[in-house]
Amino acid sequence: MSSEPSETDLHAYVDGALDAAHRREVEAHLAANTADAERVRAWQDQRAQMRALFNPVLEEVVPDRLRAAVVPKRGFPYALAASFLVAGIAVGWLAKSFVPSEPPVGSTASLSRRAAVAHIVYSPEVRHPVEVGAAEEDHLVKWLSKRLGQELKAPALSKEGFELVGGRLLPGESGPVAQFMYQDARGQRLTLYVLRSNANRDTAFRFSQEDRVSVFYWVDGKLGYALSSELPKDRLLTVATAVYRQLNP
Amino acid sequence: MDRDAVASHIPRLRRYARALVGDRYQADDLVQDTLERALNKLHLWRPGSDMRAWLFAIMHNVFVNQLRGRRPDAAELADGVEAIAANAGSVDRLEIRDLQSALMEIPAEQRAVVLLVGLEEMSYAEAAKTLGVPIGTVMSRLARGRERLRHLMAGTQSSPSLKVVK
Repeated sequence: MSSEPSETDLHAYVDGALDAAHRREVEAHLAANTADAERVRAWQDQRAQMRALFNPVLEEVVPDRLRAAVVPKRGFPYALAASFLVAGIAVGWLAKSFVPSEPPVGSTASLSRRAAVAHIVYSPEVRHPVEVGAAEEDHLVKWLSKRLGQELKAPALSKEGFELVGGRLLPGESGPVAQFMYQDARGQRLTLYVLRSNANRDTAFRFSQEDRVSVFYWVDGKLGYALSSELPKDRLLTVATAVYRQLNP
Repeated sequence: MDRDAVASHIPRLRRYARALVGDRYQADDLVQDTLERALNKLHLWRPGSDMRAWLFAIMHNVFVNQLRGRRPDAAELADGVEAIAANAGSVDRLEIRDLQSALMEIPAEQRAVVLLVGLEEMSYAEAAKTLGVPIGTVMSRLARGRERLRHLMAGTQSSPSLKVVK
């Protein structure tokens, strides 16, 4: 580098990729050439600002879904899915055999289980977590209301730190089910599973732990609800309470 | 454990993805896709080789595929076309940008190089290997990316035709 340093030399200088001799030559050049010195200063500033901006990401708590992605045998909980299948068959069989005057004992319990499975299946989805996104919220709610034959609402949970991602239609035990998905700033997701209930009686909040998924579920008028998440139980209860209040203003 | 080794790179993958994609959720989605693909291919990773380079290369492939899926023209942004794309919008917007928004305005291929070198502190050779391009391409993308950033942040009009050295 006896003559002028090349463009590549200037970048290598900024990136600390030059040996001492070349560094001194570049420094001598920059001392005499203010235009280049200004460019090099700007590039150095870019580097410094980049780090100031993004290094804090290194200190953030890694979201659960990313940790789960590299932990063995904590992917899809096949045991839960299998037991759900058995429960579903059993409930179906019971329902047919006894034609019970009261809903089968397992029906609200199976609500929480179905909701948990739906949560587990769709909440880790990266590309297609929902069928209809929050940008088309009106359309989403109208569509799902029409399919369930009952007016639905997608509760606004921003006060609880959750934004609507969107929703989808699912097949339930005896008809369509709506699933709304929400997400907080850490990427933690929760799903609200809504279906028509024939139980015809309201129930109190119930809690169920389905593997690592916590579920609060209840029946309110003609609809049954289940709120599922991997959040701690007390935080999920806060959100479930908010959902309940919004649906019963 | 190879899985633990992969896990230990998550914070750096997240930092790079955040800077590359801009949006927090989309960045974590990119990391998740990368991790899932890496675990599926873990048997292909040669113990003793550079796992960081391997993971960043996977992330780059996932990222490029996503760009292609999202916007048909995005893959073209690599070289050449980018001057037109950037000029089309920037002529009448000469206000000063902060680094974060300026980064999102430069072509993705240049942004990747600027970040791998400046943020991830890869050598030019490592960046070239990660992106699967020759070092000369890394250098020209770095030079153009940094100049574009400088102009965006200074609020001056960039002149991409001035120094297109490949």
